[in-house]
Order: sequence, then C-alpha cells, then structure tokens
Amino acid sequence: MANLLRSAFVIARRDFTATIFSRSFLLFLIGPLFPVLMGVIFGTIGGATMSDAERPTVAVISSDADFHALTAARERLAQAIDPPVLLELRQVAPSGDPAEQRARLLKSSSPPFIAVLEGGLARPHLTGDLKPAAGFVRQLEFLIDEAHRETIAPGSHAPELALTRTTRSVGALTPGRTITGRIGQMVLFLLTILLSGMLLSQLIDEKANKIIEVLAAAVPVDAIFLGKLFAMLAMSLLGIAVWTTAGAATIALVTDRSLSELASPALGWPLFLTLSVVYFMMSYLLLGSVFLGIGGQASTAREVQTLSMPVTMAQVVVFAIAASAVGEPDSARALAAAVFPLSSPFVMIARAAEDSAIWPHLLAIVWQILWVALILRVAARIFRRSVLKSGPSRSIWRRAKA
Amino acid sequence: MNRPAVEATDLVKDFGDKRAVDGISLAVPAGSIFGLLGPNGAGKTTALRVLLGIIDPSSGTRRVLGHDQPLEAAHEVGYLPEERGLYPNMTAREAIAFMGALRGLPLREGRRRADDLLAGHGLGDWARKPIRTLSKGMAQTVQLLGTIVHRPRLIVLDEPFSGLDAINQAKLEELIRSEARDGVTVIFSTHVIAHAERLCERIAIISGGKIAFEGAVDEARDRLRPIVRLRTRSDDGPWRSAIPDNARHERGEWVFELPPGGPEPLLKALLDGDAGIETLAIERPGLHDAFVAIAGDAAAAAMGQQQEPS
Repeated sequence: MANLLRSAFVIARRDFTATIFSRSFLLFLIGPLFPVLMGVIFGTIGGATMSDAERPTVAVISSDADFHALTAARERLAQAIDPPVLLELRQVAPSGDPAEQRARLLKSSSPPFIAVLEGGLARPHLTGDLKPAAGFVRQLEFLIDEAHRETIAPGSHAPELALTRTTRSVGALTPGRTITGRIGQMVLFLLTILLSGMLLSQLIDEKANKIIEVLAAAVPVDAIFLGKLFAMLAMSLLGIAVWTTAGAATIALVTDRSLSELASPALGWPLFLTLSVVYFMMSYLLLGSVFLGIGGQASTAREVQTLSMPVTMAQVVVFAIAASAVGEPDSARALAAAVFPLSSPFVMIARAAEDSAIWPHLLAIVWQILWVALILRVAARIFRRSVLKSGPSRSIWRRAKA
Repeated sequence: MNRPAVEATDLVKDFGDKRAVDGISLAVPAGSIFGLLGPNGAGKTTALRVLLGIIDPSSGTRRVLGHDQPLEAAHEVGYLPEERGLYPNMTAREAIAFMGALRGLPLREGRRRADDLLAGHGLGDWARKPIRTLSKGMAQTVQLLGTIVHRPRLIVLDEPFSGLDAINQAKLEELIRSEARDGVTVIFSTHVIAHAERLCERIAIISGGKIAFEGAVDEARDRLRPIVRLRTRSDDGPWRSAIPDNARHERGEWVFELPPGGPEPLLKALLDGDAGIETLAIERPGLHDAFVAIAGDAAAAAMGQQQEPS
C-alpha cells in the first residue's frame, strides 16, 4: 500500500507540475473568471435565489382587527416594492397554551413559518430563528409601525418589536435551506462537469509518447491511475481556490451581496462549506475515475471527443437523479440516490443544507471512498487487459465453456 | 552458484488465438550479459514484458531478483522499452530524475545523478533543455540514462541498438560492458547477432515464441562443426575422396564441415592425394551460423532480411 501511494505521488507530482507550469494553465485559470464575474456583477445568483424562493411566512396570532391592519399596511407596501420580497402573513387564531401553540407553529413545515408574531399591535413580540432573516424583521417592524399609525394612534410610532430568537425552527427554514441545497448541488455539479472531463484525455500523452510502457514497468497501473486522478484534483482545487478568491473579492468590491442572503444550512456554514469541498473532491474522484477508465481506452484526441458526448449526457442524468431528491432528504428516492455512488455527493451536499445530522455524511464519505477505490481498481484492470494486453486471453465465458 | 537473476518456467502468453510466447523456460545468471535473439515477431518483446510484469502470462511462472511478482523488484530493475518514450516538455535532467523516482530514487538525488550522467555522456549542455529539442539519438541516450540512474541490479534493454548510429552503438556496448563489470545483470533483445556475439556470455534464441536454444555463446557455436576452407592447385584427383560429398565450391575454394576425424586425417589425405594445397583454413562457426542451424532456415531467412549493418 505504501509503495502504491509513493508511486502514485511520483506520478501525481509530475502531472501536477507539468500542468501548472504549462502556458495553457493560465488560460485555464482566467477563462472561467469571466462568466463568474459577470454573474456576480449582474446578480444572477442572488436574483435566482429570490425568484425561486418561496415567500417567507410569518404566523400572526392576533385579533382580526390587528391582522387586517397589518395586511392593509402590507398591501400599501406592495405598491411600492417588488411583491416577491414581501413577507407573507398568515393569521392564526389563539388556541390553548400560547407557548405550546408557538412551538407547534415554529415546527410546522406546512406551511413553514419563519417566525410567530404575538401580542397584537400594542405589544408586538416576534419569535423565531431570525438570524438569516434580518431583512424581513425590519420589514415586519415597518408593517407594524404603519398599521399602528393607521389604526391605533395616528402620527405615533408603534412600540418596539420584541424579539425572541430561537436556536432552530426547522419548518421555518425549510424552503430557504432547500434553495441553499440546490445552489450547493448546482455549483458542485458545474465544477465537477467542467473539471473532471479533463481526465478523459489524461492517458493520451502517455500512449502517444510511448511512456506508458516505462510507467507500467516501474509502478502498478493502479498507481498511475491514482496519481493522475489526484494530480488533476489538486489542479482543480487550485483553480477553484483562485476562482473563489477572485469571486469573493469582486463581490466585496462591486456588490453588497453575500452568503448571508441564503438560508443558513442545517449544519451551519463552516461545516457546510467544508462538506462542499469534501463532496466536490469525492464527486471529482468518482466521476474522474470513471472518465480515466473510459479515456484510457482511447488512443487519440478524436476518440476522446467522441466519448465526451455520451459521458456528458450520463453526468446530466446523474445530476437529474440527485436534483430530484432535494427537499426530501429522507425519501426513498433520496436514499437511493445517496447510495448510488455517482450521484451520492450531489445528494449529500443538498442534505447538508437540509438536515443537521452528521453521521450520514461520515457514512457517505466512507462509502464514496470505497467506490473510488473499486472503480479505480476495475479501470486499471481493464486498462491492463485491453491496452497493455495483459491477463488471461480467454474470456471468463469461454473458459467456463472449456 | 549464485541464484539466477531471472528465471522463467513454461511461460505462455496468448493474445486471442495467437500464441506469442510458447512455453519459455530460461535462467539468466546474476551478473551476466544475456542476449535474447530472434527475428522481429519472434516473441522477444512479449517475453521481456511478461518477465518484467508489465503483462501477466497466460500460464507459467517467472521470478525476478527473487520476487515472484516482478513489480516488487521494480526498484532494482531498469527497463528500456523498444518503443522509446519521454515527455517532450520535460528537461533531460528532469526526465532522468523522474525515471529514477519511479523506481524509488529520491528526486533530488536523481537530479544530481542526472547531471553527472549527462555530463559523462557528453550531454551536459543539454541537461536543462526540453526533450523535444534533442536529436533522436540524444533522446535515446537520455532514456538509457534514465534506465540506469537508480543503479539497478538488473537492466533489461529491448532492441537497444535500434536507431543508433555506429558510434552510439559502440558507446552503448561499452556501457553494457561497464554495467556488467559492476556486477549488474544485463538482458537485451536484438535481431542483430553481431551485438550479441560481441557482448553476451549467454544467449537464448527465440523463434516462433519458443526457446530454440539457451546456453553459452560458445556452446551455441559448438553445436556446429568447424568449417574448412580449402584452395587447391589441382582440380581433381584422389584427394577428392577426403572431402565430404556436400562440400560447396565457392569462389574458387571448397567449403565444408570438418570431418569427424579432425584436421590431421584430412590433411594427410589431401597431401597423399596430391591436392596441391594453396590455402587451408579451419574456422570456428560464428553465432550467425549457429543461429541458422539452431533456429532453422525459416528464422534465418527472416533474420537475413532484417539484419542491420553493425
């Protein structure tokens, strides 16, 4: 094992340095920055987030009069701003123990409430996980103030909105987290599809320059595959680091948008971002090992191009499977997609946004690592058999018949 | 006796319905120069690839430097494949160091040795030039140096003289002798018998995937009787009964195998029969003649077509 890793490191080091010191690497780094920067500048990501989002809803436990005053204020505000950014207000009649009712509403997922407003216009009190929704709190304060001025005491301001922050309100954040999950999944897919395709042509050089014989005589084919895979992964991570830094710097310079506009993932941003990197690596290694195996059968760039189309279509299918499971992390479809190795990272990153349990991620990562090892092993064997013409000459079927 | 550096027993390699290696068994003594002779397509390259573990045999066993799995001995083996290959954008020293690193040599030490080796082979000025700027001969030398940079105990060279000019062929022969003097086992394949004759202590003649002969070069030659070349003043006479019926008359002289009785009875018969001897030479057969005899006329014909000037 140590020998395999040492050999893989030698291959990876050569490939990595050969790639990053080539002139084309600069183009590789610069190229994707243009669409990313344009996207950031024109706010497409943020815009998409808002248009796709379900409107946040606040449960209002109040009298009919207070609620009508609030909705009237909301209507007036709707004439001045875009409807999608307006809060949805849903009246709930008081029933039973207020604390119990409040807790029930905060846990509700249908409809999902971002917060609960009580106390009427005289003593407004808002309860919920309000950290990711600071903009909506200010909006609600405005609506209460407006309603108070119109109905209770014209010309005067409403009492200050009392806030009680809860640590968690699952139902309230579900739609936002789904969007965060979708965005994470989309970014992961785009990066993987853009970067792992390069592995299709990784063995062309070695075959064209007859170096494969030198390598195969010195190290196991598994080590060649592993080394190439990690070299390209390292190069991709370097690229992503550059693009992320450039993107973040541009965001800071030209817009006031930030990650805080997205709903906080169930696992929190630090762990979610860490898992994003891990799942990118896993999806890259999984798809990359498949591509390396397929590309290893090709001898020319033309053959690689021919292979690209079906491979890309297969990736899209895998992504579609994963995307269909977002929003239902515990559904049978989501579990099946999490078990299927090629869609597993995409499903699990969405799950990281929607569900706070950590153990499924640990399990998934181990599962994905096992599959990377398995796919690499099979790819190396096929390469040895079909390209190096090694192994038994007769098929298992023919041997069984003999 | 030292354990053989390389052993093979009944190695078979099939590609589909074609049998490329057909039951090869051989033993290469440690520290020797061993030649694998045969025409192109005889199975030399496949045999070497199987021996080195690049491909697995269909059946049979092989043992390299005491390891049943040849790749386990990779750190102590150097291999120059028939189809030369280097990364064109790598510098000469980096290419050599990389090949050493593949065999377990630390990169820094590999670079240091690469500088020494390149300087020692007149390529010091090219050390930091990309391979693509080197001539074919230079690139071939760089690959050869990459084969030995990690100081292997076994060097396997597949058609190493192919594509080299006479001067570089002589340099390569000297390099092989030098490695053998240091105790390194050298195996090389060739279809040019002259190289094997000059370098090898032991050879294997391979034809049609089979080993037709394995042993010392002298042993191969001794399979044939010495050749007599006789020029006489007399065209005919009683002396004619002293030479075999299958003697050939070529360019004014008789050529035939020395009769079993040896030179003295032949000489006496020629003198007694008034042959009028002008010249009489008894020559030991060359490896080429031995190859013809051992591998058969078909292999020899193929060899003759491919024989390169050396």
